[in-house]
Amino acid sequence: MIEQLRDHHGPWYGGYGGVFMPEPLMAAIDELAQAYEQCRTDEAFQAEFARLSRDYTGRPSLLTEATRLSERAGARILLKREDLNHTGSHKINNVLGQALVAQRLGKTRLIAETGAGQHGVATATAAALFGMECVVYMGEVDTERQALNVARMRLLGAEVVPVKSGSRTLKDAINEGLRDWVANVDTTHYLMGTVAGPHPFPEMVRDFHRAIGEEAREQTIAMTGGLPHAVLACVGGGSNAMGIFHAFLDDPEVRLIGLEAAGDGAETERHALSIERGAPGLLHGMRTYLLQDEDGQTLESHSISAGLDYPGVGPEHAWLHDIGRAEYQPVSDAEAMDAFLALTRAEGIIPAIESAHAVAGALRLAKEQPGATLVVSLSGRGDKDVATAGRWFDMLDEGAQQT
Amino acid sequence: MSEASSRTGSRTGSRTEAAIRASGDRALIGYLPVGYPDLDTCVEAVLALADAGFTAIELGVPYSDPGMDGPVIQAATQATLERGFRLEELFLALEAITARTDIPVLVMTYWNPVLRHGVDRFAERFAAAGGAGLITPDLTPENAAEWLDAAERHDLDRVFLAAPSSSDARLDGVIEASRGFVYTVSTMGTTGTRADVDLAARALADRIEVRAEALGRETLRCVGVGISTAAHVRQVVDYADGAIVGSALVRALGDGGVPALRELADSLVVGTLDGGPAGPASAQKGASA
Ligand SMILES: Cc1ncc(COP(=O)(O)O)c(C=O)c1O
Repeated sequence: MIEQLRDHHGPWYGGYGGVFMPEPLMAAIDELAQAYEQCRTDEAFQAEFARLSRDYTGRPSLLTEATRLSERAGARILLKREDLNHTGSHKINNVLGQALVAQRLGKTRLIAETGAGQHGVATATAAALFGMECVVYMGEVDTERQALNVARMRLLGAEVVPVKSGSRTLKDAINEGLRDWVANVDTTHYLMGTVAGPHPFPEMVRDFHRAIGEEAREQTIAMTGGLPHAVLACVGGGSNAMGIFHAFLDDPEVRLIGLEAAGDGAETERHALSIERGAPGLLHGMRTYLLQDEDGQTLESHSISAGLDYPGVGPEHAWLHDIGRAEYQPVSDAEAMDAFLALTRAEGIIPAIESAHAVAGALRLAKEQPGATLVVSLSGRGDKDVATAGRWFDMLDEGAQQT
Repeated sequence: MSEASSRTGSRTGSRTEAAIRASGDRALIGYLPVGYPDLDTCVEAVLALADAGFTAIELGVPYSDPGMDGPVIQAATQATLERGFRLEELFLALEAITARTDIPVLVMTYWNPVLRHGVDRFAERFAAAGGAGLITPDLTPENAAEWLDAAERHDLDRVFLAAPSSSDARLDGVIEASRGFVYTVSTMGTTGTRADVDLAARALADRIEVRAEALGRETLRCVGVGISTAAHVRQVVDYADGAIVGSALVRALGDGGVPALRELADSLVVGTLDGGPAGPASAQKGASA
């Protein structure tokens, strides 16, 4: 390869990405792109980001060998422990980076969309840490399935706005956040929670998550003496996956596997398989694979996991798919929940249901490639999902009130 | 403005420009969602606006992710999608309308439905159905090469948005790419008052005039900023070439059908009359666009 894939920048990833935004937001997007371009090479910025990542988030995160799960699966499974980060998922990496950029831009108000609530919690956390105002848009459906995280955000001082339009999930929360941004762009930074949206978001969010892969690559070499056979991560918008893939992009012998949520099953119409079942189009300011009908209307996605319930995907994934550098496979709700329980029982680690999709992908790959070394992005912890899992496995006591 | 209207435009292909000039640069443009509440009522509603003396019509294509629309229009377009709206209805509506009136009909559409249909195929069918041009809220000139080619081929207007935050360089791009008019938007922040919004829109309209002159263009500027009364219309057409009314019309149509729409339309048209009465509603706050 002549051009290193790792050196690739926005706004375009092949034919994907770009900036497809209404004119009232173009000045803010241009300003953000310029500010980020400076931050990228500014030593003081990078030092402050590194300090926060170490002292606040708790980086580097551990790489844990899942010994008992590995024995059962027949492959060597290494877990990249983003679940141990402060606030419980990888989302905090990006949020701290963007809050620093927002501070440089003189913004005093952070707004964000959230699906599972992890990004909302992380944003509310950063707002508290930086002394900023915070409003989080969350689909009404998601406020119901992630009630605990709604309370967490409120405790942190954020206002949570349930979004009642459209499918009342993540994509509609993004629409509402963008509307707020149009109206309040002077004071407000839109803190996009994944590697989606218009440039510079996909590149910037990926860069703030790059430590996941850099650490994992070093830790794997230190632990096993070589590179892994495959790296696996769940893909909603795709930020934890881009973060962990990035360090391995120019290691062609390492398979990169993104697991998309197949909901009721890849053969059904209720899924979130943007790459596998979608077609290129425009959504939320980017050109990418998305679930859409013949008229170009975005279709609703379905997944048990709120964080993967998104009909689009980050443009860099669309490109990595097309050039064949990464593979994207479906994992159904049922497979993910089986993996959720398998990891919980074998290792005493309760994963986020999002992350359980990646574990399921690893268990499947172990059958195809026995003995292989598999690095799995454990993007978050499952505390927020206890109620959902309790219902799924029928473990809640009769009359228990917690939703 | 009066100077501009006394000259004939260099681009004579635009029926929209001709209609705005014929209004004395005091145009009134009405927005309605296509197919709301149903195809027949939508066609009747458009004809009522034409009959009331509106200058041009802006039909909005219902879309699943309307990032630029306020709550009233969102609710109407979502209801239209839920009752099973298909893009085919747009072409049917255009044919039905243009068979019965000469008023220019522009269509406001988010870009993905056009991309999915195929840009040139869309433009060809749109022109054949009698449409005047497209207003594209999420397509800015730098991404519009394919559309501009198609618009040129099919002699269609292309209306791009300008915002108070747009840099001079961006305004120049919008002015050069637009035909028909430039859609001058000014959004109301959560704390913005009607007066702030008008100030911002007026300043923007003035900037566009200056930039256009420097580029040797006669650019028409129509303003859409939560206009809901004859008094608002009068304020806007005093500094711009036209006023665009959206949410207020949609609400009237939704609440009281075509008769209520017609009543509001008649009252709004008064605002375009030079020196006519401002109307009693001048103190009323505008609805969000
Ligand atoms: C724990 C966890 N993993 C993964 C995701 C999916 O996001 P992404 O695909 O951007 O990593 C989420 C989103 O909420 C999450 O909370």
